[in-house]
Amino acid sequence: MRQAAPVKTLKIDGRDLSGRQEETILDVARQNGIFIPRLCEMDGLSDVGACRLCLVEIKGQNKLLPACVTVVEEGMEVTTDSERLQGYRRMILELLFTERNHVCSVCVSNGHCEMQMLAQRLGITHVHFPYRYPKEEVDASHDRFVIDHNRCILCTRCVRVCDEIEGAHTWDIMGRGIDAKVITDLNEPWGSSETCTSCGKCIHVCPTGALFEKGRSVAEMLKRRQFLPYLTMMREENE
Amino acid sequence: MTPEELDQIAETEREAQSHFTQRVNVCVAAGCLSCQSQAVKDGLDQEVDRRGTKDQCQVKGVGCMGLCSEGPLVSTSAGVLYKKVEAADSAAILDSLDGTPVSRLVCPTDVPFFQRQKKIVLENSGVIDPDRVEDYIAANGYTALIKALTEMTSREVIDHITKSGLRGRGGAGYPTGLKWSTVSKSVGTQKYVICNADEGDPGAFMDRSVLESDPHRVLEGMLIAAYAVGASEGYIYVRAEYPLAIKRLKNAIRQAERVGLLGANICGTRFSFRVDLRLGAGAFVCGEETALIASVEGKRGTPRPRPPYPAMEGLFGQPTLINNVETFANIAPIIRNGGEWYAQIGTEKSKGTKVFALAGRVENTGLVEVPMGVSLREMVFDIGGGIPEGRKFKAVQTGGPSGGCLPSDCLDMPVDYESLARAGSIMGSGGMIVMDESSCMVDVAKYFMDFCMTESCGKCIPCRVGTYQMHRILTAIGNMTATAQDMKMLEELCDLLKHTSLCGLGQSAPNPVVSTLRSFAEEYRAHVEEHKCPAGVCGAQPVGETA
Repeated sequence: MRQAAPVKTLKIDGRDLSGRQEETILDVARQNGIFIPRLCEMDGLSDVGACRLCLVEIKGQNKLLPACVTVVEEGMEVTTDSERLQGYRRMILELLFTERNHVCSVCVSNGHCEMQMLAQRLGITHVHFPYRYPKEEVDASHDRFVIDHNRCILCTRCVRVCDEIEGAHTWDIMGRGIDAKVITDLNEPWGSSETCTSCGKCIHVCPTGALFEKGRSVAEMLKRRQFLPYLTMMREENE
Repeated sequence: MTPEELDQIAETEREAQSHFTQRVNVCVAAGCLSCQSQAVKDGLDQEVDRRGTKDQCQVKGVGCMGLCSEGPLVSTSAGVLYKKVEAADSAAILDSLDGTPVSRLVCPTDVPFFQRQKKIVLENSGVIDPDRVEDYIAANGYTALIKALTEMTSREVIDHITKSGLRGRGGAGYPTGLKWSTVSKSVGTQKYVICNADEGDPGAFMDRSVLESDPHRVLEGMLIAAYAVGASEGYIYVRAEYPLAIKRLKNAIRQAERVGLLGANICGTRFSFRVDLRLGAGAFVCGEETALIASVEGKRGTPRPRPPYPAMEGLFGQPTLINNVETFANIAPIIRNGGEWYAQIGTEKSKGTKVFALAGRVENTGLVEVPMGVSLREMVFDIGGGIPEGRKFKAVQTGGPSGGCLPSDCLDMPVDYESLARAGSIMGSGGMIVMDESSCMVDVAKYFMDFCMTESCGKCIPCRVGTYQMHRILTAIGNMTATAQDMKMLEELCDLLKHTSLCGLGQSAPNPVVSTLRSFAEEYRAHVEEHKCPAGVCGAQPVGETA
């Protein structure tokens, strides 16, 4: 008996598209040049569905579902950019801007920051929630790298790349809710971490200026993200 | 363990108990223990010793009798319930066993609090000794398990649960039969059964009481579930804040293993089942099933997006059945009496009974089990005995931080899953907090938002930052510094959190705010526009004071 082809056809924003059954809505959208905003998702890392920016509407579903972890289904009708979704995305981003001290003008990633670019793209001109202005630390104890918690958005890309790709699991999260923060080892200074291999992958997956190389001044920190899909591809080929 | 051996244990125990002509039961669940019921039990023991009547009079520590506010409670074989007993009352109580009751201690039981209850989950609470498996077996314990194992296929067990109409007692009310059937049909090399005993709603103590009063009932429910879905390993995830429940559970597991009701080849069948305890470290979010699974796996307790549901991919990636303590406690009676019997109780869509923890401004606080569908009015004014000090009823909060506040015009609504949801609250796990006119609803909303903010795991942005912003606004309203702009923001955030949060904690965090905004909009307005707190709670008292 011939096995049915594991390919599903679906509609995204009115366009008829197809995807393999294990692919997510985001995968198919990306292949077809449909932009869905996201900050925690990164090609090559596991998906956590945490930033909630990639939520999409699916016809017949009450709930909004994250495109990064929702697999395609036959006959699905997806809307990625309704007015309602735009409203939610703007609010979520605004909340992020209020959470810590994101001061673009003095940030090493100014002009190259994923959050900044998203905000521009979503037309955020001002933030209408009050800012928190928390006191956050900067850990520059590492020889080559710096973590500035003022810019961290807790996307956990650094945690995942360190665990899944580098295999060191130097990064993790401590604390709960608004007090959560990324830490190296058991909350020791990065410079005295015994597990860190100084590979620098975390620097380049970080969407903002929270992780950067020493010696970079304002707007100088360009991140090279291309290594990740390439690395994954090469590893798969070698297997 | 064979059915005959079980009968033998029951027979021996009943025989031993029949020698006693007098019985005195002392509540040794956490509520009464906290008012020195252990001293009462020791006092009674000593007095019996002194009189040399040890062979005729049995003094037994039992589980919760319900009326926690009047503890320590003592019941006797003469059918009398005593309240607020002290160790010094021992002699008087023993004297009264064959004569007239000690009138100053008598707690009347012909009142609605006792008469309106229907006990299924709590049938053994306050009757059996939670530390002795023999006592449970003598009360028909484990007969449902033997019946399932020897007379029924797993399909038949699931059919009975489906027919019973039982729905999850943890809060969401998902049909239990459907969940079991899904796990049973899922494919995996190993399946798991997990009992969720991470009860964390403020003011709720149903699960704790069940575990402290009748731990074997929960084990029996888990065993039957494991047989039905094909699982051979189980975990009970119980919060570390319940040391007594943990102690009794550990003891119960050891006893069940000893008599051969847990372990390999139970009842001489091919069915094997092991149970282990996992202690929660105090995170409310670990009551959410995917966070709970992560915690059992030894990871950080944060939720993940569903699907895949735990029934397909749960603990260690295997099909996993997760039910709440009270759900498991309902299983044995359903198997013993049949699904149809259970389906006769309750309303059309909400079957059976529900245990509620009545707390707050009512005369009778404690644990009650009532058929689904009783009205809120009956709960508060008949069973609860009304509001003390002649004050006026204001609202009842159900479902903890995920639920809502129901005002007086909801009083005649039946208590079932659908009605509560329609009124903007949820059944939740069964906490019921009654509030009178001295409570400020803004303050109540702020209290629950503070809870959600501290308990948010921080994984998703809407919940992590949204709860912070909502708490800030509610604090500002309480301090009379909020503006109309803040009120608009508050409503925006309610909508955002509900629709974009990752898990149930964030999605339901706005409920206390939404429900009070709807029913008590006038109070919010008074705070914002007139800078007045009608209940006199906000501003006048230190910030953080709650009802």
